[in-house]
Amino acid sequence: MKKPLIASSLILSNIMSNNNIFQEIDISSDFCDAAIVEKRIVKAMEKYGYDEEDVFALKLSLEEALANAILHGNQHNSEKKVHIRFLVNREKVDIYISDEGNGFNPLAVPDPTKEENLQRPNGRGIMLIRAYMNLLEYNPQGNVLHMVKLSDH
Amino acid sequence: MSEYGPRIEIENNDGIITAKLLDKEILEERTINDIQESLFSLVEDQPRIKLIVNFIKVKHLSSSALGTLIRLNKRVEEGGGALTLCEIKPSLYEVFVITKLNRLFDIYESLKEALDSYSE
Repeated sequence: MKKPLIASSLILSNIMSNNNIFQEIDISSDFCDAAIVEKRIVKAMEKYGYDEEDVFALKLSLEEALANAILHGNQHNSEKKVHIRFLVNREKVDIYISDEGNGFNPLAVPDPTKEENLQRPNGRGIMLIRAYMNLLEYNPQGNVLHMVKLSDH
Repeated sequence: MSEYGPRIEIENNDGIITAKLLDKEILEERTINDIQESLFSLVEDQPRIKLIVNFIKVKHLSSSALGTLIRLNKRVEEGGGALTLCEIKPSLYEVFVITKLNRLFDIYESLKEALDSYSE
């Protein structure tokens, strides 16, 4: 695992974080950095009392969103960055994920639960995010994803 | 049987092969590729395999992992074998329900039920 790109900037933003300010981070298009950001968000959720179910939902959604940004948006090009903007507080987990791709039309993604698509190995990421998050939206171009998980407490 | 890699633990019960997934989180590309390789090797070595994939240790998996299972299912069926999944935690089972993959796979709650299904 190569040395994480973002370790020092995470430490800095941690010192400055409070619960109404978004933290912003750029990660390279590999899964090492993604795992670090995920851990940071999960830790913050636990600190604000989100339960296991919420953490599961967020982990899954974040995993799918980052995979899409890295693999589809950035074409797995390690030179391209994924920009993550996130806020965790008692009310919600709010995340924006931008990639350097040209975007796509989320409405054009076929329904993976249809009989003819069920055996396709791909195409379930967006559906899962929609199922587990309270809000999922894209910018018009389709290269910025916005998702929100509201807390139950 | 470490010849199938460190990510799965193999057991043979009267010809029924159980592959226990050892990773708690099956999210990263590399993990998924390793697991796919291991499971496909199993099927290659024994085309008419009676295979059970045991999820007891798994807490998280991504949709790419679901893709691996779909490919595996296809491969097993092509070879004349059979595949069942078992010991999937409720939170994970929900992922199969949401994606309607619970209709594609034979899923049993317990390993025992999965083993028994092959004796019928």
